[in-house]
Amino acid sequence: MWEQIRSNQIRSVILVAAMAVLLLLIGYFLGVAFMDNGIGGLVIAFVIWAVMNLIAFFQGDSILLALSRARKIKRDDHPRLYNIVEEMKIASGLEKMPDIYIIDDPALNAFATGRGPKRAAVAVTSGLLQKLNRDELQGVIAHEVSHIKNRDVLLMALCGVLLGTIVILAWYATHLLFFGSMFGGRRSSSSGGGQAQLIILAVGIVLMILAPIIAQLIYFAISRKREYLADASSALYTRYPDGLASALEKIAGSTTQLKSANKASAPMYIINPFRKKGRAATDLTSTHPPISERVRILRSMAGGASFADYNNAFRGVHKGGKGIISASAIASAGAVGLRAAEQEDAMRETEPGKVERSRQVSDLMWQLNNYRTITCDCGTKLKVPPKLKKSSVKCPHCGRINNI
Amino acid sequence: MIAVYIIIGIVVILLFFFFGTYNSLVRLRNRVKNAWAQIDVQLKRRHDLIPNLVETAKGYMRHERETLEAVTNARNLAQKAIGTGVGAQSQAEAGLSGALSRLLAVVENYPDLKASQNFLALQEELTSTENKISFSRQFYNDSVLNYNNKTHMFPSNIIAGMTGFKASEFFEVTVAEERIAPKVSFT
Repeated sequence: MWEQIRSNQIRSVILVAAMAVLLLLIGYFLGVAFMDNGIGGLVIAFVIWAVMNLIAFFQGDSILLALSRARKIKRDDHPRLYNIVEEMKIASGLEKMPDIYIIDDPALNAFATGRGPKRAAVAVTSGLLQKLNRDELQGVIAHEVSHIKNRDVLLMALCGVLLGTIVILAWYATHLLFFGSMFGGRRSSSSGGGQAQLIILAVGIVLMILAPIIAQLIYFAISRKREYLADASSALYTRYPDGLASALEKIAGSTTQLKSANKASAPMYIINPFRKKGRAATDLTSTHPPISERVRILRSMAGGASFADYNNAFRGVHKGGKGIISASAIASAGAVGLRAAEQEDAMRETEPGKVERSRQVSDLMWQLNNYRTITCDCGTKLKVPPKLKKSSVKCPHCGRINNI
Repeated sequence: MIAVYIIIGIVVILLFFFFGTYNSLVRLRNRVKNAWAQIDVQLKRRHDLIPNLVETAKGYMRHERETLEAVTNARNLAQKAIGTGVGAQSQAEAGLSGALSRLLAVVENYPDLKASQNFLALQEELTSTENKISFSRQFYNDSVLNYNNKTHMFPSNIIAGMTGFKASEFFEVTVAEERIAPKVSFT
């Protein structure tokens, strides 16, 4: 398990370094084009990147949670969700319990954020809480917790910042170049080597156009790899790959799109919040592998729940190839058995059913919006808005007057 | 002169290797200890839940005095077994699991109990505690495997032998016991 994290970190660092080189190249060409000084541009690009990194590192999680309008909950607000997160915290050996947030949205999705295992948060939509049973929710939470455990959260945040900086710089550069040539050419016409300069400029323009695309592809590649690893870890932690598989099927079946997602936060969700129907299976331009493929891999893990089993299943689905998980990681862990579904022990009957689940969640959402709940004598629950001035409300069901 | 440098270089490399391996052994051993503490926390949580469960069930189950007493006794035994070593403790806990699952089997005959709000909340807590126990056991065994590998494999086994790192015990649950281990499903 720990081997996997390390070997993946090395590979990711190489990819991130490639993106950083891209950024610095852009900075250099910008410098050459506008200031007659490549190094100056390089320094400026580096400073912008550094500042954005610092913001992402210290405030990234708060910004993301605020943008998605997530609400922090306590243990008593939703004991089942809290318990499941705690179970996965234990299974993964995380040092600290992550904060738990709920997003009031009928779409089915979840994400993890935070700087590292010591400061992390898991957010799920209220739709997810309503639609998934315990096993499925556990699979999803395990996936998110493994993003935290594998330090994907920070990595993807830093990658996202890098990508953002490249896109912004390239955008300004192409626009400035365009307008610059319209309004009387570049200032650097004084310098001598005309031919060499022209070549540098040409290379620069090509770079400006290609850099954002290349950076994006690298970013997607890193993100997809991380998703597979998180799925594998989820199977390992829960010992029950079918839970996540069936959750993914439910999520895929739902057509509601998340309202508050944005491009930067996309890789953190359990599925791509911007997915469109009918995308090709080997799509290079997505942060997530196709759900159907993820489900097929998880479903074909018949022999056990270890990384080796996931790797075999991955190769089975892809018809050979070298797999997705490094050999050292597979070698370091022993065989891992699967567990039975909770349902096989008739969990389903005792677990709150769909209706009960929905009611619990919607009650919770009212409560988080500061509505007060009054139970009328006829059994109806009245939700009283916080701004109500009146001292009593009439029950719409039976007509009794209830005092607040 | 060159020979001296080479010797110094080798000594430095050996020292680095020695301290590096020693530190990672310490880290792995601490992880095993922490994982064990985690199991204890969860077992204690289960012990704490049981009086509550018995109390709630008593009101509804007038004819199951023996079953309830068996659970209480098994719990007391398990509580006494805390700190007596991995083997003894896992045995006592298995006994408790057995008693619990027998209780949960008869709950089926008491629909009123099954429907009570108090019992539903308890049930979620028990289900989750059972899960937490098995997840902490899972993590403990993973940690032990990692640690034991390090103490047995060459070359780290030399340093482990020199500095007194001994292999740890797995939390073994025999297959039969695992079967009874309560999947808390109050049906």
